Amino acid sequence: MLKYTEKIVETAKRLLAEEKVDVFIGYQKGTVPMMNEPLLVNHPDKADTLYWDNFCGLNLCNYLTKRTDKIGIIANGCNSRNMATHIIENQIKRDQLYIVGIPCEGMIDHRAVVRAVKNREILNIVQEGSTFVVKGKDFEETFEKQKFLQSNCAVCRHRNPVLYDEMLGDPLEEQTDVNPYGDIEKIEEMDSEKKQGFFQRLISRCIRCYACRNSCPLCYCPTCFVDESEPQWVGKSIDPTDTLTFHFLRAYHCAGRCTDCGACERVCPMGISMRQFTKKLNKDTEELFSWEAGLDPEKRPPLDVYRPDDYNDFIK
Amino acid sequence: MENWEPKIATFLCNWCSYGAADLAGVSRFQYPPNFRIIRLPCSARVSPKFVLSAFRHGADGVWISGCHPGDCHYLEGNYYARRKFALLKGLLEHIGLEAGRLHFSWISSAEATKFVDVANRVAKEVEAMGPARFFIKSRAEVA
Ligand code: SF4
Ligand code: SF4
Ligand code: SF4
Ligand code: FES
Repeated sequence: MLKYTEKIVETAKRLLAEEKVDVFIGYQKGTVPMMNEPLLVNHPDKADTLYWDNFCGLNLCNYLTKRTDKIGIIANGCNSRNMATHIIENQIKRDQLYIVGIPCEGMIDHRAVVRAVKNREILNIVQEGSTFVVKGKDFEETFEKQKFLQSNCAVCRHRNPVLYDEMLGDPLEEQTDVNPYGDIEKIEEMDSEKKQGFFQRLISRCIRCYACRNSCPLCYCPTCFVDESEPQWVGKSIDPTDTLTFHFLRAYHCAGRCTDCGACERVCPMGISMRQFTKKLNKDTEELFSWEAGLDPEKRPPLDVYRPDDYNDFIK
Repeated sequence: MENWEPKIATFLCNWCSYGAADLAGVSRFQYPPNFRIIRLPCSARVSPKFVLSAFRHGADGVWISGCHPGDCHYLEGNYYARRKFALLKGLLEHIGLEAGRLHFSWISSAEATKFVDVANRVAKEVEAMGPARFFIKSRAEVA
């Protein structure tokens, strides 16, 4: 991991010094453990704080939208797919980007770590190979990374960037024996009443802070539907129906676009698994339209095309 | 509840299904009175927000009907709409909407008999579901 940090700093310095890019976008260590933050660097001298480890779960594509300069940017699998999506949606041009690819071993679920140390305060985390050491005031515990991956990373099928100008490491073998939709299949087996209960419980703690929306690179609308009035499509209260409407429409807006990067879930202050909405759409677009988001910047997305023989069984 | 009759928000494309409803009317065909018809220029005009809004405001069912594939007045509106509808229905039923509440059909302006037939089926299926509660707000509307 640390080897990537060095390489990233080196690459950023080189690209900025050679004026190949105006800005370099990566991560820096957060002010608290496990919370790496995005960092935009515009001068080689400032590149030393760039950092990479298994806590880089925020999606950097958020910082690309509608920029006009030349940008160097780090991309693992999902971030690169969001770049492709941004290119498809004309939010950025391919030739503005210099993509520095990193084969991704998956991000660690910070909530799982907190649970594992029983909510004691974590002061520092040191990553060593396939393990990491969690240090607190009067404890020190070692865990295996593999067992603490974010749920989206555990079933990720695109760990290598699909788009890059330079790779900082050898591509990893892609996981092929995973079922990305196991959780969705479980919900699909429930009857309507159970499903209603499941989703009402799932979102019952939501405080409508919209962090899930703000952390998602797909959400770049100048006016989001939640802020629209006349007509007001969704009430602003935390009435369960309003909250459900919010989550439903946010997910629907990500149909055919979501890369399951997990940023939305990572940032939720209430620990809500709102990917249970988006993943259903990912599953359906894959099954009905053979589409996974962001694999090819040249291909039109599924709701922008059609086939005369599309799935029609549900129509009378 | 004894006299309960389902309310079904019905979005009809002006160029086909709306005409079919009209033809059914002038032909004096009988069909259930549960439909609140909203005329649209094309099935592609239907936004998922309309459907949610209908349910939120007390519709027990929603029925959307457009031109047959290949016959859209705007050539391909219904092809795009079909993809949106498939995902919409999938996600709504995923979060717990009962399968009998949301209906789609393709009905041309000449198919008054098909209109009546589908109307009967939709009304029956929605009625069997009973009053919808899932998307209705429990608290008063606040801005
Ligand atoms: S939730 Fe929808 S309207 Fe809001 S920013 Fe995202 S895509 Fe745009
Ligand atoms: S909806 Fe969530 S998982 Fe999907 S792209 Fe947006 S932030 Fe990533
Ligand atoms: S981040 Fe969590 S609490 Fe905030 S709006 Fe999204 S689901 Fe609700
Ligand atoms: S005009 Fe009727 S569906 Fe498009």
